[in-house]
Amino acid sequence: MHETNFPILSIIIFFPIIGILLIAFTERKDGYLQKWIAFWTTLIDFIISLPLFFAFKNVADFQFVEKVNWIPSLGISYHVGVDGISLLLVLLTTFLCPICIAACWKDIQDKVKEFLIAFLFLEVSMIGVFCALDLFLFYIFWELMLVPMFLLILVWGAPARRVYASVKFFLYTMAGSMMMLVGILVLYFYHGKVTGDYTFDLLKMFQLKLPFRYEFWLFLAFGIAFAIKVPMFPFHTWLPDAHTEAPTIGSVILAGVLLKMGTYGFVRFNLSLFPHATMYFMEFMGILAVIGIIYGAFMCLVQKDLKRLIAYSSVSHLGFVMLGVFALNVQGLTGGMIQMINHGLSTGALFLLVGMIYERRHTRLIAEFGGLAKCLPLYATFFMIVTLSSIGLPGLNGFIGEFLIMLGAFKAKWWLGVLAASGVILAAWYMLWMYQRVMFGKVVHEVNLKLKDLVAREVWILVPLIIFIVWIGVHPNTFLSKMEPSIKNIVSKYEKIKISEGNTKINILKNLKGERS
Amino acid sequence: MKYVWLIVFFPFLGFLINGFLSKFFNKKVVAFIAASAIGLAFLCGLVTLVKLLAYPPEARSIEITFYSWIKAGGFNIEAGFLIDPLTMVMVLVVSGVSFLIHIYAGEYMEEDPGYVRFFVYLNLFVSMMLTLVMANNFLLMFVGWEGVGLCSYLLIGFWFEKDSASNAGKKAFIVNRIGDFGFLIAMFIIATTFHTLNFKVVFEKAPQMFQVGSGLITAATLLLFVGATGKSAQIPLYVWLPDAMEGPTPVSALIHAATMVTAGVYMMARCSVLYALAPFSLGVVAVIGCLTAVYAASMALVQVDMKRVLAYSTISQIGYMVLGCGVGAFAAGIFHLMTHAFFKALLFLCAGSVSHALAGELDIRKMGNLHKKMPITHITFLSATLAISGIIPFAGFFSKDEVLFETFMSHHNVLYILGLIGALMTAFYMFRLYFIAFRGESHVEPELEKHIHEPSWRMALPLCVLGVLSLIGGWIQLPFFHNLKILGGFLSPVFHHAHEISKMEEASVSVWLEGALMTLSLIVAGLGILIAYKFYIKNPELPKRLGEKFAGLYKLLFNKYYVDEIYQMVVVKPLYNLSEILSIAVDQAVIDGSVNGTGRSLMGVGGVLRRTTTGYVQFYGLVMFLGAVILLLWNLF
Repeated sequence: MHETNFPILSIIIFFPIIGILLIAFTERKDGYLQKWIAFWTTLIDFIISLPLFFAFKNVADFQFVEKVNWIPSLGISYHVGVDGISLLLVLLTTFLCPICIAACWKDIQDKVKEFLIAFLFLEVSMIGVFCALDLFLFYIFWELMLVPMFLLILVWGAPARRVYASVKFFLYTMAGSMMMLVGILVLYFYHGKVTGDYTFDLLKMFQLKLPFRYEFWLFLAFGIAFAIKVPMFPFHTWLPDAHTEAPTIGSVILAGVLLKMGTYGFVRFNLSLFPHATMYFMEFMGILAVIGIIYGAFMCLVQKDLKRLIAYSSVSHLGFVMLGVFALNVQGLTGGMIQMINHGLSTGALFLLVGMIYERRHTRLIAEFGGLAKCLPLYATFFMIVTLSSIGLPGLNGFIGEFLIMLGAFKAKWWLGVLAASGVILAAWYMLWMYQRVMFGKVVHEVNLKLKDLVAREVWILVPLIIFIVWIGVHPNTFLSKMEPSIKNIVSKYEKIKISEGNTKINILKNLKGERS
Repeated sequence: MKYVWLIVFFPFLGFLINGFLSKFFNKKVVAFIAASAIGLAFLCGLVTLVKLLAYPPEARSIEITFYSWIKAGGFNIEAGFLIDPLTMVMVLVVSGVSFLIHIYAGEYMEEDPGYVRFFVYLNLFVSMMLTLVMANNFLLMFVGWEGVGLCSYLLIGFWFEKDSASNAGKKAFIVNRIGDFGFLIAMFIIATTFHTLNFKVVFEKAPQMFQVGSGLITAATLLLFVGATGKSAQIPLYVWLPDAMEGPTPVSALIHAATMVTAGVYMMARCSVLYALAPFSLGVVAVIGCLTAVYAASMALVQVDMKRVLAYSTISQIGYMVLGCGVGAFAAGIFHLMTHAFFKALLFLCAGSVSHALAGELDIRKMGNLHKKMPITHITFLSATLAISGIIPFAGFFSKDEVLFETFMSHHNVLYILGLIGALMTAFYMFRLYFIAFRGESHVEPELEKHIHEPSWRMALPLCVLGVLSLIGGWIQLPFFHNLKILGGFLSPVFHHAHEISKMEEASVSVWLEGALMTLSLIVAGLGILIAYKFYIKNPELPKRLGEKFAGLYKLLFNKYYVDEIYQMVVVKPLYNLSEILSIAVDQAVIDGSVNGTGRSLMGVGGVLRRTTTGYVQFYGLVMFLGAVILLLWNLF
C-alpha cells in the first residue's frame, strides 16, 4: 500500500464543491458568469487529477490511499484510493466534465445556476464512486449520483416524456441499488461474524473466503444492480428513454461515465469478492453480453431518432465490455477496461455531435436530415471520425478494445468470440447507414441549407476527444500499461482456482449441493 | 533499411498536409504535393530494392520493428515492417501505378469542387495500401486492410450527393466487413495457437507444430480466404465491386483494379506456408478462383457500360490470380497481379479519357469509331486489350499462361478447361468493347462529336507509360528458359517453404508440352477475337438477333444472375425485418411492458416529485450532502 500524506484524491473528489459554493452565491443574470465558474472548476479539477496518471506506479496495489475513521462504532471509514482499474475512469470523468460544461454553453438557458450545481454535484459523486474503498462510502456516493442525474433529466429534459424517462431511470436504478444494499449488509455481518471485525472496509473484504452459497446470492445481489446500470440485456430499456429525453450533456455523462459504474462494479466487486460464483456465472454472463451486442445492434437498425440509435449502440458496445470482463483472462479484461474508456470518448463525442445539430435544427429525427455533408463539411468530418471510432476501425481506439475483447472471449469460449465478431459487421451496417442518411444524398429539407458549420467553441470541444481517440488507437500501451498489474492480479486469482479445482464446474455443483443438504 | 518507414510516411504526410493546410494552396500545388508524396514513396521503394538485392537470396527477409503496439499479458504486438521480395514487388507496383494515376487525376479531376478532398483520400489510401503490404504481422496488415476499405468507401461515395454513389460506398464497406469477420476469426485462431501474430514466427512455427492437413490450419486458412473473397471480390462476396464503379475513374483504376482488390491475393501469397499445410483449403481456393474467373467473365459479355465491363473483367482476372494461388503457384498469381495492375489500370484510365472527351458518357452504344480522333487513347487501349486477351508478346499472355500452365501441371484438368473458356470469353468481351467503342460506326451524339479530343499530356503520359508496360511488363518472367524467370527467381525464397511442404519440385517439363499448351492458349484467345470481329465489325446485326433468340439467357446475364436481388431478399430484408419485430415484440411489448406495469402505478409519485423539486436543486442537493458532512464531522470531533 502506498500511503501518501497529501490527500490528492479527496481534493479531486471535493474540489467541485468550491464551484458549487461560488455559483450559489452569485447573482442570476444571464448565467454566463456561472458557466465560467463551472468551467474553470471542472478544468482545474482535471488538471489536479493529471498528476495521478504520472505519479501512478505500475503495480497492482491501491495508491494515493487516504483512510480516516468516520463512524468507528460501525466500522465505517472514509477510505479512498485508486488502482489500475479505477485510475483511468477517474481521469475520464474529470476529462469529460469541462467538455460537458463547454458543450452546454448555448444549450442550457433555463435555470442555469441550478443546472450547474446539479452537474458539479454529479461530478463529486461520480469520482467518489470510483475512488471509494469502503462499501458504505461507495454506497453513499452511488446513491448520491442518482439524484442530480434524475434531476437533469426531469428538469432540463425534453418536455414531452421527461417525467416518464426520469422516473423509469430512477426506479430501475433504485431497484438495483436496494439489492446491492442488502448484499453489502450481508457481507458486513458475515465478515463480522467470521472475523469478529465488523467493518465495511473493502480491502478487508477482499481477504474474506465466502462459502459458495453466499457467493452465489451475493453475486446476484450486486450483479443485478450493476447489470441494470451497464445496462445488460434485458435490463436496458431505461437507457434509450433516459438518453433521448436528457439534455445533451446529460446523455454525454450518462454514456461516458455513469454506465461505466456498472462495468466497474462488476470488476471491482463481483470479480474480486466472489470468484467462484463468477466462474460459475461466466458462461451465462458471456451469453447475455453477446445477446446484448447483437440485440443492441439490431435495435439500432430500426431507430428513427439519432439519440435513440446511439443509445442502443451503447447497449451493444457495453455488451462488448461485459464479454471482455467475463472472459476472465488478461486480454479480455484489458480489452474490457480500455473499451470502457473508448466508449466514453466515442459515444460521448457522438452525443455531443447530435447535440450540436439539435441546437441548430431542434430535431433529432434522421429523416429530417440528409445531405448535411454539403452544408456542414467540418461537422461531417468530425462525425465521420467518431463514427469510425465507434465501428472499430483499426488505427482508432475502438478497434483496440474490441479486438482484445474478442480475442479474450475466443480464448475462453471460442463460440462467444465468433458470435461477438458478427457484431462488428452489424455495427458497420447501422452506423454507416445512419451516417449516409444524415450526411449524404441531396439536401431534401430547405432549412438544412441555411445551417451554419461548427464554431470555434464546438471545434475545441471535439478536438480533445479526437486526440485521445487517435492516441489510444495508435499507442494504447500508454494506458494499457497502467492497468496491467491490477488486471493480472485479478486474473491470477482465477488461474489459481482453475488449477486447484481442476474441473471447476463439477466441483462447484458438488459444493452447492453439499452445502444445501 | 532503417528508413523504410519513409515509404509509408510520405503518402501519409501528403494526406496530412493537404488535409490540414490545403486552404493555403491552389489546385496545382495540391496535386503536386499529392503526386510527389507518392513519387517519393516510389523512389524510397527503389532504394530499398537495391539494398535488398545486396543481400544473398536466402537472407532477403528483413524485419524492422518500431514499437510495442498492443500489449496485454503474454500477447504482444510489435508494430513493424517486413521487407522481402514479395513486399518489394507489391510496394513498387502499388507506388508506381499510384504515382501515374495521381498525375492523371491531377488533370482529370480539375473541374471537381472536391478536388482537395479527392487527393486527401487518395494519399491516405496509398499509405494504407503500403502499410498492408509491408506489415510484419497480421494485425498491422489488418490496419491497412481496413484502412484501404475505408478509403475505398470514401472514394466510391465521393460524389455523395448521388444516392447510387453513397449506396455503393456503404455496400462496399459492409460486404468487406463480412470478409473481415473471417479475417478476424482467423487471427483469433492464429493468436491463440501461436501466441503471436508475427508473420515470421507464425510461418516458422506452423510446419513444426502441425502436420499437413491439420484441422486448425485448414480452418484458419479458409477463414482468411473468406477475408480474401471480400477484399478481392470473389464468389460469393464480389457484389460490391461492380457498384464501386460509381467512384471517379482514377479511383476505379487505382483501387478497384490495380491495387486494393488484389490485397486478398497478396495476403494468401504471404500466408503460403499456412496454405501449403492445408491442401483442402487450397482446393477450395482454386475452385472458387476458377469459378469466379468464368462466372464474372460471363457477366462481362453483355454489359453496355464501359466501366462495368471492366469491373467484371477485374473480378474475373483476380479469379485467375486466386486460381494461381490455389494450385500452389503463388509466384504465378503474383505475376498476374503485377501485369494486371498495368493493363487494367490502363484500361480504366482510357475509359476515363474517353468519358472525358464525351462529357461523361460511358455507354458503349453511344461511342464508336473513336480511333481516329483519339489516337493515343486508342493505341494504348489496344495494347491493354491485347495484353488482357493474352496475345503474345503482351504482358498478360505470359502471366495468364503461367497460371493456366501451373493449373494443368497440378492435374486440375477441369479447372484448366474452365480457365481456357474464361480466356475465350475474356478475349471476346474485351474486343467487343474495343470494336464497339473504337471501331465501326460512330454513334456519338453529333453535339459531342465535335468536341472529341485527346487529353493533355498530364493524362496522356500515364497512358503511354502503362501502354508500354502492358507490352513489356511480362518479359521479366519468360517461359521455357529457367534463368529468364527473373520474377520467379526473385520471389522464390518467399515461397520456398510452401513448396517444400507441398513437395512441389521444379518439375522438368518437356518443352513440347509447354509449347503445345501455349499454342492452345493463343488459339483460344485468337478465336475470341475472331468471334468479336464477326459479331461487331462484320455483322453488327448478329448480336441483336442472338440476343433475341436467347432472350432468357441474355436477360439473366444482363441482370447479373439477379444475385443482388437475391442477397437483398434472403439476407438484408429478413435481418431488417427481424430487427423491427424484435423492437416491437421484445423491447416494447415484453420488457417495457413489464417495466411500465410497475412504473405506471408510480407515475403519480413522479408527478408529485416533480412539483416539489423543480427550482430547489441546491436545496435538495445540499440536504443530502450536508447530511454526509455532518456525519463525518460528528465522528471526527
